[in-house]
Amino acid sequence: MTALLREWHRFTPLERFGRWFVYLSIVAALVWAMRSVEVIPEFLIDAPEQMMDLLVRMWPPDLGYYRMGVHEALVETLHIATLGTLFSFILAIPLALLAARNICRSRTLNSFAQLLLVTSRSVNSLVWALIFVAVFGPGAAAGTFAIAFRSIGFVGKLLAEALEEISPGPLEALSATGAPRSSVILKGAWPQIEPAFWGVALFRWDINIRESAVLGLVGAGGIGVVLDDAINFFQWDRVATILFAILIIVIIAEIVVTRLRARLI
Amino acid sequence: MSSFPIRSRAFPPNWPMRLIGVLFVAYTLYAMSRLDLTWARFSIGMGEASRFLARMWPPNFTRWELLAEGLIESVQIALLSSALGIILALPLGLMAARNLAPKPLTMLTRGFIAFCRSLHYVIVAILFVKAIGFGALAGIAALTIASVGFIAKLFAEAIEEVSMKQVEAIRATGAGPAAVILYGILPQVASRFLGFSLYQLDSNLRNSTLVGIVGAGGIGGTLFAAFKRFDYDFVAAILMTIIAMIFLAEVVSGRIRAALR
Repeated sequence: MTALLREWHRFTPLERFGRWFVYLSIVAALVWAMRSVEVIPEFLIDAPEQMMDLLVRMWPPDLGYYRMGVHEALVETLHIATLGTLFSFILAIPLALLAARNICRSRTLNSFAQLLLVTSRSVNSLVWALIFVAVFGPGAAAGTFAIAFRSIGFVGKLLAEALEEISPGPLEALSATGAPRSSVILKGAWPQIEPAFWGVALFRWDINIRESAVLGLVGAGGIGVVLDDAINFFQWDRVATILFAILIIVIIAEIVVTRLRARLI
Repeated sequence: MSSFPIRSRAFPPNWPMRLIGVLFVAYTLYAMSRLDLTWARFSIGMGEASRFLARMWPPNFTRWELLAEGLIESVQIALLSSALGIILALPLGLMAARNLAPKPLTMLTRGFIAFCRSLHYVIVAILFVKAIGFGALAGIAALTIASVGFIAKLFAEAIEEVSMKQVEAIRATGAGPAAVILYGILPQVASRFLGFSLYQLDSNLRNSTLVGIVGAGGIGGTLFAAFKRFDYDFVAAILMTIIAMIFLAEVVSGRIRAALR
């Protein structure tokens, strides 16, 4: 009879302790952050008022300004994003081939390529932009290279993962016919990763359009330069126009990407 | 009249793809001329790059207190903005799911989420810096908006994929809407929600090292100041620290994700 009265638990005591410990450490981290982060109470109290003030100054947007300088900067932003994506692929494809363990058999080369990809991903595009502004001087060239170098890690990682998932059958069949290594990759691996490739390209292009809009804040060309100028001169109605322009281009890019992806994949 | 068709080639030329390739090359050349990207500029840049790298080495860690202070503030911004973003994304995700909420509500919430996602967090940070002043608060607010946009969107998509059988079973017991959500839906999406949250914490950690560039707190301010003063050896130290932190965070979150599975 006593056996039937046993109490059942979903977790073992150790698991319960572990869960409790995780909850406690999350709460402790948040409390620590909240207590020691530097927040000026006066700023917090009049934040809603200040936000309203900002919005009032932004309205109505100075739409006439679009033709005076925003349009050109917007086109430049699009060029930076597209060209940056293209350049990133030139460097990312060889790195992805080196990083894929089933294509490149050398462990050392795999790790080396992975290291380069991780480095590229860890440095944010704005930091890349700072570096390239120091190298090329202010302008769209720095922005293009910043976008390209930031994208290499992302594109290379996803392409390497796609390459590692392909079925080895076609590759072996091609090798058995005596095909050279380049043909094995071009006719055996490429058709298998083609959908993933276009998906990654479109995905990254979409992200790059968003990112290239802010590169100008550090002087790397595009619409960010115009935005930075307008903010520094407190021309909030112009800022509103520029933000609208960015918003619209981002939404258009997303729609285009979704349409193209539905057709390609 | 040939009775046998000509033997087809194993790999016929793919004309549409070739055309796309040509268009890409043409575009690249056109865009490069528009952006003033020339070989001369590139080679000058290479020379500058070697000078730049030479000045970065060796990294200068003598001002490590400034570095640690900035880094700690960045971590705090990341933690608080992730927590706020997760808390706000929970109801918004439920409100945006088409299989739960009425249509007008989902449209409204989806519009709001799309708006949160469409502006880059640095731009949002600029606006918050202008509105509520310099400091960590602006960074927290900006990254919270970005987190809400990301988590709420994926959370709503996850909810839309749940199996309605369990929901109906709970409903059949006479449970109210709160109980249906709590016992019918959340258990199905909890692990994915946790995954999104973890991912967002990871990316907030990256982004919080950056919002300082526009004055929204964290190590970005220190980095930008060092860049402006051409203290490239200190820049190298900051960049190495940031990369090390991000790498550590990636390893830790990878472990947690593996443990959750």
